Parts: sequence; structure tokens; C-alpha cells
Amino acid sequence: MHDKSISELAAGLRAREFSSVELTRHYLQRIARYDGRLNSYITVCEERALEQAAAADRALAAGDAVSLTGIPLAQKDIFCTDGVKTSCGSRMLDNFIAPYDAGVVERCDAAGMVMLGKTNMDEFAMGSSNETSWYGPVRNPWDTDAVPGGSSGGSAAAVAACLAPVATGTDTGGSIRQPAALCGITGIKPTYGRVSRWGMIAFASSLDQGGVMARSAEDAALLLKVIAGFDERDSTSADRDVPDYSAALNRDLAGLRIGLPREYFTDGLDTGVARVIEEAISEYRKMGAEVREISLPNTELAVPTYYVIAPAECSSNLSRFDGVRFGYRCSDPADLEDLYKRSRGEGFGAEVKRRIMVGTYALSAGYYDAYYLKAQQLRRLIRDDFARAFEEVDVIMGPTSPTVAFNLGEKSDDPVAMYLSDIYTIAVNLAGLPGISVPAGFVSGRPVGLQIIGNYFAEERLLNVAYRFQQATDWHRRIPEEFRG
Amino acid sequence: MTLERADIEKIAHLARLQIDAEDIPLYARNLSGILELVEQMNRVDTTGVEPMAHPLEMAQRLRRDEVTETNQRARFQRIAPQVEAGLYLVPKVIE
Repeated sequence: MHDKSISELAAGLRAREFSSVELTRHYLQRIARYDGRLNSYITVCEERALEQAAAADRALAAGDAVSLTGIPLAQKDIFCTDGVKTSCGSRMLDNFIAPYDAGVVERCDAAGMVMLGKTNMDEFAMGSSNETSWYGPVRNPWDTDAVPGGSSGGSAAAVAACLAPVATGTDTGGSIRQPAALCGITGIKPTYGRVSRWGMIAFASSLDQGGVMARSAEDAALLLKVIAGFDERDSTSADRDVPDYSAALNRDLAGLRIGLPREYFTDGLDTGVARVIEEAISEYRKMGAEVREISLPNTELAVPTYYVIAPAECSSNLSRFDGVRFGYRCSDPADLEDLYKRSRGEGFGAEVKRRIMVGTYALSAGYYDAYYLKAQQLRRLIRDDFARAFEEVDVIMGPTSPTVAFNLGEKSDDPVAMYLSDIYTIAVNLAGLPGISVPAGFVSGRPVGLQIIGNYFAEERLLNVAYRFQQATDWHRRIPEEFRG
Repeated sequence: MTLERADIEKIAHLARLQIDAEDIPLYARNLSGILELVEQMNRVDTTGVEPMAHPLEMAQRLRRDEVTETNQRARFQRIAPQVEAGLYLVPKVIE
């Protein structure tokens, strides 16, 4: 069952080939059998999932089924789930039982989906390797010595090892696309504002965006249709219609104009990864696409710009964790300041503390213009680079990540080296554009992702372009041997 | 930009973060490295460039001035570290 697409599973449920309870049990058994090796889940909701599945079966029997009734999914542990622990990968929220559902969770429930559990992640979504989680690192199903990427590493590993048919993720600087690439799955980060941020624990509010991690563009289209859409409780939610992403998947690509940024194919790119990407591009040429070189001249400034804006917003957002109203509180505080400092010092891990401090410094008196204002000016230049490129091309393609998955521990002592692994994904968040990563091959047994970037609200186009590639190749169908059975 | 021990202590205080004394040199090294990365921004002259705060340049939506939130104090206080008589308890602030 676990090698089937979501539409095949939905068809199987409707044809009574299996029930949602059977399907849910199958995934719960796989989690019990395999997740000890991966650590992709923080919380498995067995009882709750089986109740939801039984309700889905009743709806199916009564003819009340909606789009994804009875399909199991995993939620990244950044989305608040009423009555279920929502840790955000942090000791700070280890005791936090969310008192309400995130907009994304409400929509999945309304679509009849079954939540298997909450997936592991870098603490507060800050990381590119899933090593900063309070719950320990996640391992890459293709090679358990390797990281799965981050911050949505648990969702990526769970989908890659078929411990969930599909999962949610969030992407502030590459946190959907990079782990999707490193784990050999499909991950789409929609346009900023497309998916509600209500109940999604905030890291950097002008960059954060929820999205989908799936085994194919076809599956991603189905879940994105469910979670996308206007939510008045999110002040930056986009008030515009959600197209039927599945309807446009098969559109012909003849004449599609693909831009390859010359700045993405430089010395920093692994030669094996470059080769895989070139082969993927030639598939598109065969489909009749026109490929041309373009320039995004401010590419190198994206990482420095991001590491001002994201920490500045994080230092502000995370000031709410003060040990008073919810979350971790230190024992025996001497006074209020001691309560704040020790609750935060003990509740946050090292990477989160580093980013809070960088942000605090950048926003402190006398430094604001040199750091934050400068970064916002560069952000405009980076956005303008893309705007110029989209006058000439329909989509931009390149690698999602400069290398395949690195080993656990390889970069964990060097924050800057870790940050530079997001060089191709970060600019997309600064500009607020949508991007998708699709599996395009392997180097030394580890997956490579092709990133496709589109113009604002071009998710439909991105899924179409990804789908056609997946009709011509079978990289997305591969399942790591250890987790096939 | 190289940060010294005193800089780290000051930033940690502003951020209300307790940092163990023995960890300060590592934070100083890491944060200095990050600021060095960030300083690459200065390679570009941005005189006259309008700062961009938001990717979609949208205006803030307004809503009607109506009460939309109901009182859920008991529900929210169930997850609080320490409450009494509907109040959140913290160490004494005023002697």
C-alpha cells in the first residue's frame, strides 16, 4: 500500500479495497517498525489517528467523503494541534499542549485526513540538517550516516521512507525544498501568503511559509489544494482564489522558457550534482522547452542578507517565550529577570540562542541602519533580479542544494558553513516566490534535487513542470531499499 | 567585526538569555563569524534603494472594530507553569 500515490489510495478507499483504519494501521505499523532508525516523528498519535480513520470510514460508507477523506498524513511539529503536544523541536515547548489548531491543521481535518503524528524538525525551524532538534537528529533514509536536511527533516525522512504518504513542512530559507532534495522527494514552498500562518509557530514572519512534502508533484498538488487559501487570521494571507492544481498537471511544455542563472553553476556547486542537473535540463529540452542563460547578479548577497533579516525577526518573535504563560520555566527563579534568563537559556538550544543574539545585536541601538535597513535594501535588489528574469523566462531552474546530503556532525560546529548550504533556496524566500524541489538523480547513492522557481502565485505552473518531468523519469518512484518492505 | 566577551554578555542580557561563562568564547567566535558573513552586504552600494519589508508590498488589512475573541482564560491557563486565582504567578517584582 505504501508505494501508492495519494490518488491511488483515495481510489482504493472509495472502491473499498481497504479501509482508512487498515491504511492508517499499516502506516502506524511501519512507523513502529522503522522509525527507531530514523527518528522522524516526535509524537505518534495512534489512538487519535485510528479515531479519525474510523470517522473517515463512516463518511466513506455514508457517501459523505470529501477530497482526501481517510488519507493519512504527518504534520510538522511547528503546526499547533489542539490537545496534542506541539514542541517545535524545542525543550522550550516540550510541555506545550496546543490549545487550538493551526489553519493548516483545520483544513486537513476538513478534508477528512488522518493525522499520524507530528514530525521532527530543527529547533524552531532553525537549521539545515535537523541536528538542532531537542529530540535528537533525524537520519536520512537513503543513508543513515547522512542528515535528512532541515528544518523539515522529519517530514522529508518520513515521506521518503513511506512512514507517511504525504506531510506538511514549512520553509523560511529552504526548509521544505532542501530536505526534499536531500531525501529524494518532492517539496513545494508556495508563494508567501498562499498558505495560512495562523497557528504555525513563527520564526521569521516575513519569510515563513507552509507547504507540502510528497512523493510526487501529483500528490503535492492534491495536498496543496487543501491547505492553500485565504485566512483572515493571518494578516499577510493572500486573498485570491486557489486553482485546481491537479487539473493543469499535464499541460504541454513545448515552448516553456527555462532560465538557468549563471550564478548557480559556479565553483561552489558539486560537479556530480551539476551533472545530474544538466541531465534533468536536457529532459526538458526533449519536451520542447527553450533553455537560456540568465543572470541573478545579487545571488551571493542572499545568504548575508537573510542572516540579518531572519535572526532579527526571530529575536522579536521568540521574545514571547519567557517562562510565564506557557512553555518551559526554570526551577526556583530568584527574581523575574532570573526567571526570564534561565528559562530562555535552558529552554533554547545553541543555534536558537545564536540567532536570537545575532538578531538582538542587529536591531540594537546604533546598529539598525547598518544591518537591518541595509538588509532590507538588498532584499529589494534580490527581488528585482527575479522580476527582471521573469520578464524573459517562465521558470528558473537549478540545483536545490550545492551538494548531496552531508554526514551527521560534518557541519554542526560551523554555523556559517551550514548557512551556505542554503545558497540556492534562500533568495526565493527573500523575494517571496514559490519554489519546488523534485528528485533528479543520485550522486554516490544520495539523492539530488532540481529546484524550479516560478513567478508569484505560479504554483500551478511549477507543479505542471514538475509533473511532466516525473512522467518522463522515475527518480521520484525510488524507495530506499531498507524501507521498501 | 570581532565580538569580545563583554559584547556577548551585553547582547545576552538584552536578549534575556542566560549563557554559561564557559560557553562565551564559543558564542563570541560563532557570532563573529556570522557577522563577518553578514558584512559582505557592504560590497553593494544601496544608496537610494527603498527598503523592502514585505515580499508582496501589500497594505495591512483592516477589520471591523468588533469583539472577535472570547475569554478562554481557564483553557489557556491550563498550560501555564504557575497560576493562582486566574493570575499568572512570577517571583515578587515589588518589595
